[in-house]
Amino acid sequence: MNTEKLELFEVFIRSKRGLDHKHVGSLHAEDHEQALEYARDCYTRRSEGVSIWVAKSNDICSSQEDDAESFYDPSDDKPYRHATYYVLPDPVNNM
Amino acid sequence: MNESTQAFREHPEFASLKIVEAITMTISQEENFMRKIENEEKIEPKDWMPEGYRKNLIRQMSQHAHSEVIGMQPEGNWITRAPSLRRKAVLLSKVQDEAGHGLYLYSATETLGISRAELIEALQTGEAKYASIFNYPTLTWGDVGAIGWLVDGAAICNQVSLQRTSYGPYSRGMIRICKEESFHQRQGYEALLALAKGSPEQKQMAQDSLDRFYWPALMMFGPHDSESAHSAKSMEWKIKRETNDDLRQKFIDQTVPQIEVLGLEHPDKEIKWNEERGHYDSGEIDWEEFYNVINGNGHCNRQRVEHHIDAHEEGTWVRDAITAYNVKKNAKKAQNAA
Repeated sequence: MNTEKLELFEVFIRSKRGLDHKHVGSLHAEDHEQALEYARDCYTRRSEGVSIWVAKSNDICSSQEDDAESFYDPSDDKPYRHATYYVLPDPVNNM
Repeated sequence: MNESTQAFREHPEFASLKIVEAITMTISQEENFMRKIENEEKIEPKDWMPEGYRKNLIRQMSQHAHSEVIGMQPEGNWITRAPSLRRKAVLLSKVQDEAGHGLYLYSATETLGISRAELIEALQTGEAKYASIFNYPTLTWGDVGAIGWLVDGAAICNQVSLQRTSYGPYSRGMIRICKEESFHQRQGYEALLALAKGSPEQKQMAQDSLDRFYWPALMMFGPHDSESAHSAKSMEWKIKRETNDDLRQKFIDQTVPQIEVLGLEHPDKEIKWNEERGHYDSGEIDWEEFYNVINGNGHCNRQRVEHHIDAHEEGTWVRDAITAYNVKKNAKKAQNAA
């Protein structure tokens, strides 16, 4: 089947001005332009978005969740980065 | 355990940061996987997963995707003959949604490392299944209403439950699909309600559609739990969250008052409220019919797959044109750059 030749794109949609673009899924397309049109047809049939990003899946570089240990290790021993680390008297604890 | 880890473990924030668990304990991949399942954490595409889990998911998700795509045919049959422009626009929209749902599900299935081409081929060779309901013909306009109401209604019961499935991409796809699906059921019921409140002939048409689609809709939930080949493992892995029989019961219960509002006769003569169980008791499904249709002997099995193959082959020129256009465009781009 012909989709074999088509590239895989990831689709991100901004649902409203002021919000982040959010990953919504993927699709096959010949190029960026076509991917954008397909994304409009597939993922915004009910005004779900005001802006669409498409990116070739192959171009996305991602961390491996299985490597989480070494990748995120450096921040695991820094509990003082969390607000709840600081014990304050009750009357001012809303801070 | 060193000092800083110890201090961290005693810290109140600790409970919310489960990741530390994984770091401080050495556990096998399988245990790690099952721990995620037990903690209601989602499994994501790049995570290690048992081969059986992957295979089971590919089977279920692709079957689901194929059902969306093949499901366009029985309804598509009535687009040109819809009784009004409004009904036609609604039906077009619904069928377009099914194509979209097929795409969401194919994309989600592809994250398991199988290509779209392999999935389509399995459908066309009959190796992969789709919901047996789509092998029934749509003989009248009433059938279009019955499909929206009963078939999409049954699908919604199943899909609402699947929003909590353990595989992340499948779960996200289900959430998206459920948002869109409610319109399908409501438009079908509305169309059938119009018939049921119409002339005696129209009411008869609605009754006839209900009679023909009610039992096949119940079959959509699959065999009884005791007979279901994949159920136990799927439940353990939380691919499925509720059993076939529980979901079917939910559907039976919700459908009784809907039939009453239509003023039609219930196709199941044994339907009876059971106070003790808090559910309706119902008659037995004709399982011979179910297995017959699943095994390729329904009214339209061959026609559905042939039509899928034809549509694909007839679309070759469009794909060729896109390719040719792009070759031309890229050549022009290269020329301009030079």
